[in-house]
Amino acid sequence: MNRRKIALLAVLALLALFPFAGATFYTELVTKVMILAIFALSLDLLVGYTGLVSFGHAAYYGIGAYVLGLMTPKYEAASLWLTLPAAIAVAGLAALAVGIFVVRVKGIYFIMVTLAFAQMFYFLFHDTEIGRGSDGISMNFKPTAEIGGVTPFDLGNATHVYFFVFVILILVFLFLHILLRSPFGRALQGIRSNEHRMRSLGFPVYRYKLASFAIAGALAGLAGYLSAMQFGFVNPELLSWHQSGNVLLMLILGGQGSLIGAVTGAFAFVALQEVYQSVTTHWQLLLGATIIALVIFLPGGLASVAGRFKRKLIGGPENE
Amino acid sequence: MDVYSFLIQLLNGLQYGLLLFLVASGLTLIFGIMGIINLAHGSFYMIGAYMAFSLSSLTGSLFLAVVIGIVLSVILGIVLEWALFSHLYNRDHLEQVLLTYGLILVFEELRSLIVGNDVHGVTVPALFNWSIPLTDTLSYPVYRLFMSAVCIALAFLLWLLIAKTRLGMMIRAGASNREMVASLGLNINLVYRLVFALGVALAAFAGMIAAPVSSVYPGMGTSVLIICFVVVVIGGIGSIWGALVASLLIGLADTFGKVLIPEAAGVTVYLLMAIILLWRPEGLFRRV
Repeated sequence: MNRRKIALLAVLALLALFPFAGATFYTELVTKVMILAIFALSLDLLVGYTGLVSFGHAAYYGIGAYVLGLMTPKYEAASLWLTLPAAIAVAGLAALAVGIFVVRVKGIYFIMVTLAFAQMFYFLFHDTEIGRGSDGISMNFKPTAEIGGVTPFDLGNATHVYFFVFVILILVFLFLHILLRSPFGRALQGIRSNEHRMRSLGFPVYRYKLASFAIAGALAGLAGYLSAMQFGFVNPELLSWHQSGNVLLMLILGGQGSLIGAVTGAFAFVALQEVYQSVTTHWQLLLGATIIALVIFLPGGLASVAGRFKRKLIGGPENE
Repeated sequence: MDVYSFLIQLLNGLQYGLLLFLVASGLTLIFGIMGIINLAHGSFYMIGAYMAFSLSSLTGSLFLAVVIGIVLSVILGIVLEWALFSHLYNRDHLEQVLLTYGLILVFEELRSLIVGNDVHGVTVPALFNWSIPLTDTLSYPVYRLFMSAVCIALAFLLWLLIAKTRLGMMIRAGASNREMVASLGLNINLVYRLVFALGVALAAFAGMIAAPVSSVYPGMGTSVLIICFVVVVIGGIGSIWGALVASLLIGLADTFGKVLIPEAAGVTVYLLMAIILLWRPEGLFRRV
């Protein structure tokens, strides 16, 4: 086995053992990070592998969360096995619907229209009664995993939730890994690389981009669902453009175009956020300044730091 | 709706559209000529409004506040371009989006630190603080007419600058081929710096004159930015003429939409954008 695989397995093992080592607070924190990692992975499919920079991805994250919020009855628990697929399906459909409009345009326009449509959804949940307005929805019960009379795990228990999310993270990662190696995934990367060439080779580029957009939206909905499940609360801020900006930041922190980079970026982002929030209430100032410095000095993300360091030590070509 | 109510809404729609044009023209100019998407453009509008508030409180005169504000925003534009935006010229869109997003966070927090998060009002200057009576119950505020007049004048001046002056010629040439202009011995960096400063000043000025009408509140930068994006998408990026047509279209659609179908208030604008995306995805007047 090569070094990268060993490192990856080591990290997985660490993550698997983590809940037994720390206090509940840290278990919940890492659960939150893993959920954001799923969110970042979903966007990475779109940005890193298809080359479509979306600034409105939080819309589908929020929609997945609201599905749980709206489907949870007031005085009993909703069924996990019903609500989770529903959240994925609804978020994916929403992404498909928006995609039909936005995938027609490229580059700057794409960024702007994805943001505009996300804002439309934000206002829908914030200003109308569909999502109970700006107060959001509070869920009295976590979803239950009961099936056929048996409850395999309890989503009210932090450790159970941790492992549930951990397994889903691994499944999403494997799904994307396999998808990206398939002919479909290769075509997406070809589109990122040179769209005209792909079109001249006969690929129906519009359909591929639309499919990528819908899948990314569905996975974002999955992450949103998990987030709602963890916190027991949904509000319109889940769809805000701050959320969309943060997930893009995770990609650039971890290095886009790499699945592991997306996960790393999520960890790095939450770490940064925790540190800054403990320093000052005006932590967004520090975050903003960090983002600016990152773009100017480290365009390849944190992943490129190792590469640069290595090159400084032993020399080699600048652009590998 | 009777004639006078219709007239009032028409004037409101036009005034809103013209104000939008002022902000959107800066955005489309900066993108069309410099190739940079600037998410922080809405922040300049917000900064202008807050400047109008604090400077007019200090000096007691909105006019003086606007003059000082314009000077300050030009300086801000020059400094920002030199320090940050000059790094963005050949970078990809994701990096531009992220850097300008970081800038929004910085501006919002700085504003929060310096002026706080309260909503403020700015009083209309006494010169314009009267209304033209239309019927015995309806009248139209003169300040809004003044705003529209100023926007039209600025639009004309902008056109004059770009189409008829030497600087405008350099700007247009630089938009087509930056390297060629530089190799001809013209200082393209200075031109870009000036264009950026112009964009910032336009947005800030719009915020300043809008302050008495729309009040000064923390989220104003974001809301105007999103609408500006819709303007640019509908009008076609890089096209000032497109920005004007689209702004007026949106101003009228939004105003009449809110009056005729209040439940769907904010959505009219997005519907318009969706229709354009289906019909002419590159915008009505695509330039590049």
